[in-house]
Amino acid sequence: MAGHRCIELVPQAVTVEVLDHLEQLALVDFRDAEGVERLRKAIQFADQLHEVNTDGVEPMDSVLEDRCLYLREDDVTEGNCANELLKNAREKVEEYFVAPPGNIPLPKLEERETFLKGS
Amino acid sequence: MKAAASLADLDTFAELGSVGSGQPLGVLDGIPIAVKDNFNTAGIETTCASNMLKGYISPYNATVVQKLLDQGAVLLGKTNLDEFAMGSGSTDGVFGPVRNPWSYSRQYKEKYVPKSFSEDGESNWVITGGSSGGSAAAVSSFTCFAALGSDTGGSTRNPAAHCGVVGLKPTYGLISRHGLIPLVNSMDVPGILTRCVDDAAVVLGSLAGHDPKDSTTIQDNFKPFELPDLPDVSKLSIGIPKEYQAPGLSSEILALWSKAADLFKHAGAKVTEVSLPHTRYSIVCYHVLCTAEVASNMARFDGLEYGHRSDMNKSTESMYAATRREGFNDVVRGRILSGNYFLLKQNYENYFIKAQKVRRLIANDFLKVFRSGVDILLTPTTLSDAVPYIEFLKEDNRTRSAQDDILTQAANMAGLPAINVPAALSERGLPIGLQFIGRSFQEKQLLTVAKWFEKQVKFPMIQLEEVKRHNHDVFQHQRSASFS
Repeated sequence: MAGHRCIELVPQAVTVEVLDHLEQLALVDFRDAEGVERLRKAIQFADQLHEVNTDGVEPMDSVLEDRCLYLREDDVTEGNCANELLKNAREKVEEYFVAPPGNIPLPKLEERETFLKGS
Repeated sequence: MKAAASLADLDTFAELGSVGSGQPLGVLDGIPIAVKDNFNTAGIETTCASNMLKGYISPYNATVVQKLLDQGAVLLGKTNLDEFAMGSGSTDGVFGPVRNPWSYSRQYKEKYVPKSFSEDGESNWVITGGSSGGSAAAVSSFTCFAALGSDTGGSTRNPAAHCGVVGLKPTYGLISRHGLIPLVNSMDVPGILTRCVDDAAVVLGSLAGHDPKDSTTIQDNFKPFELPDLPDVSKLSIGIPKEYQAPGLSSEILALWSKAADLFKHAGAKVTEVSLPHTRYSIVCYHVLCTAEVASNMARFDGLEYGHRSDMNKSTESMYAATRREGFNDVVRGRILSGNYFLLKQNYENYFIKAQKVRRLIANDFLKVFRSGVDILLTPTTLSDAVPYIEFLKEDNRTRSAQDDILTQAANMAGLPAINVPAALSERGLPIGLQFIGRSFQEKQLLTVAKWFEKQVKFPMIQLEEVKRHNHDVFQHQRSASFS
């Protein structure tokens, strides 16, 4: 795992714990020092936002905020397409998607690399 | 040229067209079109140029695809892009980079490397821009009349500029996004690439309007329009935003931009310098909002229901992680990680909410300018003409996108309609485009101005060596062409 090897590259705020947490949340890994460096640069770039005075400014979610957006009636209008939808799944049994065993957290940081090896 | 990501198979082709029925289906009957490979097409692979979706076959058509087919358009193929439309070069897809047809034009060969240019142009070919590079290349090389792109931060207008075609990003909410695989939901719009402004108006007429399957399409009636043959710009007020004189803007584009402003002035339009003071922060704001929404959107790719699935079978979580490691390229993974960082509980206010506030300031800048009486803004589309692929690779994707989207993404932040119109050839014989930005839902006015400008500049037609032999007369006729 990248985290502990290249900690000197990342700003104070991004600790190994944060990197670990991000990998768990994102379910993607930094892969190498370059990946961590990429995050560091992205944060540095984003930090320019703090030069802007936004006192009293409301956050903007959507440019259509002043309009009434369309909500359709809560009726079933289509369906019965389970077979078609299942066609794109690699593993299934009858009408079910099949997942590997659940409730097993990703291994700890230092074990993760060997764990994911071969993928 | 790797413009096509996959070819529609011939059976589908025959089914889709009205071939043999005798009755035209609509205004696009028999017209060959291409569709960027991030729009779902029923029965035809949709990949987003990613390993994650290789082999994925959507059970339904995107609304825009369905509307084109309903009008009789013939789908020639799906076009290449940067993986999940994240990029500005069309170089980061799993099928390889898209080559700009202008690399093989007489104009480029003559002007740029008259003697040392090798026959196949292996080292000198230039990028298309992106991320809708395949669509731009397909239109530019006469493969089709029109193509669908998508535009989140400039992905339709940027390749349109580099490939010398018209690229329209409509107002957010005018065209359905249903079936467009989302990148940034609050900014994505389907884009239209054509060879002239009139064609863009026709395609827009076929696509625009409310879609019950996309709650963000507005419910106002959209009336398809034709553009006047002799557009009048004398009563218009054109704004020139001074902040778009961005660092790195090439001197020839700057000169072209000011020449274009003069054209409007001479035609009687009121041309004034205006200010959009938060422009500088727009690309930064875009970067945060984009990665945050990407982090959320990409969560759907877990290997269970569709797309790539890793063989890793120890646990659900490890299968997810391995699938995503194998399925996404560095750029996509990088944006997912940055986005998750900005969305962390301790960073949410500082980055995500902060960016949303800056977004309002940017949108307000435009509002103020339009309220002051300005009808249309005129800006460059890109900082320079297309660079050779080998040059492009020297910078990483984030840096590149920050430079390449700089003049285009603000329109997405504010949801405004914007269009690239090819304006002239650069000193290297490559296309340069200018951008017009209009008021929300004022596409007719925007396209009218664009058409007027198009008529003035008479952008030269690409002279592909192969094509030239067969259509010599046509090209002779069109050669007039020079803006300066």
